[in-house]
Amino acid sequence: MTSTAGIAPANPHDSAAPAPRGRKLTGYWLILPAALWLGVFFVIPFYSLVSSSLFDPNGSVLTGYNMTWHFANYVDAINDYKGQLWRSIWYAGLATLACLVIGYVLAYAIAFKAGRWKNLMLVLVIAPFFTSFLLRTLSWKLILADDGWVVGFAQTIHLTNLLNFIGLTGTDDRLLATPFAVIAGLTYNFLPFMVLPLYASLEKIDVRLIEASSDLYASPMRGFFKVTFPLSLPGVVAGTLLTFIPAAGDYINATLLGNTNTKMVGNVIQSLFTTQGDYAAAGALSVTLMAIIVGLVLIYVRTSGTEDLV
Amino acid sequence: MSTLARLRRWIGKHLVLGLGLLVLVYTFVPIAVVVLMSFNNNSKSKNVYKFQDFTWNNWLHPFKPGGMKDSVILSIEIALLATLVATILGTLAAFALSRHKFVGRKAANLIIFLPMASPEIVMGSSLLALFVSRGFGGQLGFITILIAHVMFCLSFVIVTVKARLSGLDDNLEQAAMDLYANEVQTFWRVTFPLVLPGIIGAALLSFSLSFDDFIVTNLNAGQEVTFPMFVYGANQRGVPMQVNVIGTAMFVIAIAIVLGNEIFRRRQEKALAA
Repeated sequence: MTSTAGIAPANPHDSAAPAPRGRKLTGYWLILPAALWLGVFFVIPFYSLVSSSLFDPNGSVLTGYNMTWHFANYVDAINDYKGQLWRSIWYAGLATLACLVIGYVLAYAIAFKAGRWKNLMLVLVIAPFFTSFLLRTLSWKLILADDGWVVGFAQTIHLTNLLNFIGLTGTDDRLLATPFAVIAGLTYNFLPFMVLPLYASLEKIDVRLIEASSDLYASPMRGFFKVTFPLSLPGVVAGTLLTFIPAAGDYINATLLGNTNTKMVGNVIQSLFTTQGDYAAAGALSVTLMAIIVGLVLIYVRTSGTEDLV
Repeated sequence: MSTLARLRRWIGKHLVLGLGLLVLVYTFVPIAVVVLMSFNNNSKSKNVYKFQDFTWNNWLHPFKPGGMKDSVILSIEIALLATLVATILGTLAAFALSRHKFVGRKAANLIIFLPMASPEIVMGSSLLALFVSRGFGGQLGFITILIAHVMFCLSFVIVTVKARLSGLDDNLEQAAMDLYANEVQTFWRVTFPLVLPGIIGAALLSFSLSFDDFIVTNLNAGQEVTFPMFVYGANQRGVPMQVNVIGTAMFVIAIAIVLGNEIFRRRQEKALAA
């Protein structure tokens, strides 16, 4: 888990020693309450989760659970729910890719083309956050409704056929209650998590470098791929992680916009906990999800070679 | 230059901005739907995903659906308390991290960052595992929701206030000291007013995170029903149109506060520059 620290937004004040203001112990007193809260209600719970994942699976909420170091819970959880696990990674990956493309355009426009409207546009990026996540997701039900113009338009340009061909919709020309709808919902809901870090790293680029590339006869395209994009990589890495991680754990989009065959791992974990009361399996699945995410993050950060950049 | 060539140049120059604005418009489409549906009269047909007739009724009787009023009140209570606690603890921690040297700053930064990078379902189920374990007695309800909300709001408060602190001009505080203000006076007359917009922003963010949370809350709420839980539950029978009134009102209030904060900040900067 330690290496996830690498994706924290770079802050020059973090590495430099802070100004030696205040007395020696003040810092400890100031951070103590927040540190305690996060320690007791974020770090320790993770330990409880790991231990509940090793409970005897025959226990129940009523009779209580016995700690039996039952590692087979993991094998069972992965065997029973590998479909949902795989689907979560796949949907979240596609949504992240879509966010990257859409978000890059927006972040680029704000950083380089917005002029004095920059601040306003940034506020507008987060403004949709202020309406309920659930209501925004439910809105997509209306937008993608079977007799709506979006479906009609998608049929006219044969987008529905294309989506059906790559397996994201069924053969019935619908968009709602398909994997496509779930991925579109995830893309929409997590877009700001992509735009803000992308903007932060695009904003830092020295425009003279881009100008220099065009002085040296690079076409705008070439200049973008050789100069701008590589310099924005820290933002790309941070943005993709901040989008992928919550998207992989989300189940609201899968429930509201999908069908019974689009259930993600979040759906399973929450129903194991709340309706079935199978804490052992739920715990094992939750820890597995976290482990997969941490593993993917590590591989991703290594291969993108941005460890030192961020 | 021919009109066509001029048009092509204009498009080339403004293409990216145009596409960017298009993306922004896309992010507001669902908001427009929420606002529109708050005026929808669906008494004739059961289909709640279609605009049928215009009516003021939803706005005149926003709390007509049974159970909705209680859920909104509960969500507001929790959001206010969680915001208060998270803003105070988070602001103190932000000062510690940007103004004081202490052992374990790196570890503290990591622990603050992790909640923002963990899937909500994992955080929620971890807390549930803690709350049902023997020491906590498994009493789920108001307190457990509040604890969870303060937990996930804290990191966002710390990061927001820290960003504001690191953008501060040290010279202003130096100047106050040079003019014989003592530490306490400098803090309350100079530092605090300058950091205040950041604190207000953090509080606003906390409030909307808390009011809006579903995944963590749903796991730790016991018998309590917050507003997002009400919407989720109602979805199975058909959502009452009044939920859109609450959604629209939330949005309008939040935008008003953001704009107010921004205007306040600009005035203050002008006053400092003058």
